[in-house]
Amino acid sequence: MLKMSHLAKVYRTEVVETYALRDLSLNVREGEFVAVTGPSGSGKTTFLNVTGLLETPSSGQYLLDGEDVSQLGDDARSRIRNEKIGFIFQAFNLIPDLNVFDNVDVPLRYRRMAGAERKKRIGEALERVGLSARMRHYPAELSGGQQQRVAIARALAGSPRLLLADEPTGNLDTQMARGVMELLESIHRDGATIVMVTHDPELAVRAQRNVHIIDGQVVDLTEEPRFHGVNAAAARTQATG
Amino acid sequence: MFRYYVWLALRSLRRNPVLTALMILAIGLGIGASMTMLTIFRAMSGDPIPQKSAQLFVPQIDNAGPDHAQKNGEPPDMLSYTDAQALMQAHAAPRQAAMYPTGFVLMPADPRLRPFKVEGRATYADFFAMFDVPFKYGGPWGADEDQSRSDVIVIDSKLDDKLFGGANSIGKTVNLDHHDYRIVGVLDRWTPQPRVYDVVNDKFGEVEGVFLPFTRAIDQQQPLWGNNECSFDKDPDPGWEGHLRSECTWTQFWVELPDAGAVERYKTFLGNYAAEQHRSGRFHWMPATRLRNARQWLEYQHVVADESRILVVVSFSFLFVCLVNAVGLMLAKFMSRAAETGVRRALGANRRAVFAQCLVETGVIGFAGGLLGLALTAAGLAGTRAVLSETVTRLTHLDPADMIIAVALAVAAALLAGLYPTWRATQVQPAWQLKAN
Repeated sequence: MLKMSHLAKVYRTEVVETYALRDLSLNVREGEFVAVTGPSGSGKTTFLNVTGLLETPSSGQYLLDGEDVSQLGDDARSRIRNEKIGFIFQAFNLIPDLNVFDNVDVPLRYRRMAGAERKKRIGEALERVGLSARMRHYPAELSGGQQQRVAIARALAGSPRLLLADEPTGNLDTQMARGVMELLESIHRDGATIVMVTHDPELAVRAQRNVHIIDGQVVDLTEEPRFHGVNAAAARTQATG
Repeated sequence: MFRYYVWLALRSLRRNPVLTALMILAIGLGIGASMTMLTIFRAMSGDPIPQKSAQLFVPQIDNAGPDHAQKNGEPPDMLSYTDAQALMQAHAAPRQAAMYPTGFVLMPADPRLRPFKVEGRATYADFFAMFDVPFKYGGPWGADEDQSRSDVIVIDSKLDDKLFGGANSIGKTVNLDHHDYRIVGVLDRWTPQPRVYDVVNDKFGEVEGVFLPFTRAIDQQQPLWGNNECSFDKDPDPGWEGHLRSECTWTQFWVELPDAGAVERYKTFLGNYAAEQHRSGRFHWMPATRLRNARQWLEYQHVVADESRILVVVSFSFLFVCLVNAVGLMLAKFMSRAAETGVRRALGANRRAVFAQCLVETGVIGFAGGLLGLALTAAGLAGTRAVLSETVTRLTHLDPADMIIAVALAVAAALLAGLYPTWRATQVQPAWQLKAN
């Protein structure tokens, strides 16, 4: 699903070069739920930006769904983000003056999908996160947990191949965080590939596999994969095969 | 996607009503000021006969002399009767017409109507063909009637409406200053503005109600209802004959010259005529001559005042200042929603999509600014009635073409103003915005 080989991301100024990622190699198989952990400033967010094609790596190779996406242009990266990747952000990043329905609609609009199809997908996605009764509500009228569920519905509506979550529970209280995490686990059980960046060890242990990043490098891949629900057998086969 | 962008633009405009109102106001004010001035300027500077203006010429002869040089040594604007008659008799152009404004008291045949004054113009038959004058009934009198000094007239449609209820009045008679004149033609609606054939007397006046042969008017001693420049002939002989013999200038004169060759030949003729007058002892100076076509004549006569041109420049400068303000406001607006742009980019919008969305929004602002500008233009034109003459304000109105121009100008101006803010919006780095948010 996702294969990174010797990736580096360097931010250059006139006087200094900063390596946010260096020689990073990582494979994520289809259907895996991977938690990426690491201390602040370790490169987790840069890793997620590069994975989500929001930034291009300075060197190395990145294959997404078998396609080399390392140095694609803006149009191609935008298209792949739209069709293959779903984002879940810590701050939800809903558009405040669009209601729930129209927020979930945003990625489908850029796919130039017909109106009836969009409506069907939005309905299904909101049903999936349990917010179909709140379609006409605005983000400000929802709790943090509900807003994050809308963001998850927005990510799911386009049926992406990969879900990227950046501290998805970082802005939520414990109870809401638990609800969102259970939703992610449920989505994973249905076959989704999820890469989640977090600094919360309690959340990380709920993923199948933990990847630890320090100073822009993957330093720890030792944990055995754990498996969730119906896909457990298949994932175990992949992991051991 | 266009409809989606328009929908988003309307929502965005509602989100920041104050900022939106300021942007629309900036564009509306600029458009209103520039369109008001442009409408006035266009009304005053229009070429009423563009198809003929390069072929119609005004000859001038300096019968005033060096001691009474006018307008930086230019000859008088009109001709003396002596010169007008000489040029008419020489017949050096395919068409020519001397003319002067006059007027009558009209005695209606209908006893229910009271006598009233009517403005008239004494001229020659060629006048109507030279200025492409349209006829509703009949036509102009002919050269024969000029020669025979016939009591024929052409009346305008308003007079025909008043006297005959708009019916075909050809052959009927009208009593003017106690003389009966036979109607040979009724003008169709004709409102050349500026009134090109006589901008010396009234630049934006209405077309006269009655036209009669110049020769007949002279015989009838029809009084001059216009300017009589006599500053260089202080002591003309008394009476009508003295008026005709004097060097006072009071006749307008036009010739039609179809091509460059005809223009050159007429210039030569005019120069020769002036030299002959000098040789004959009429003038102790060699009279300068001029031959200006209609456009040059309107310009020479300052039909459009220089102040008007300056005002147009000033008003468009004001539009520019308004646009600079709009640029700043749009920049602030687009940058304030960099986070949303970042989200849209993350969810699949490429730079073109962001550019299109912002540009549609600026177009919507421009459209709204155009509508406001139209309203302000209408108000501005209404305001000109307080400061400009009635004849000028009569010309200044907004027709559908002006409205389309105003809105199109506003949209174009807004798009131009929006280019930089829009470009800046496309440069938003989604990765930074998403984390910063």
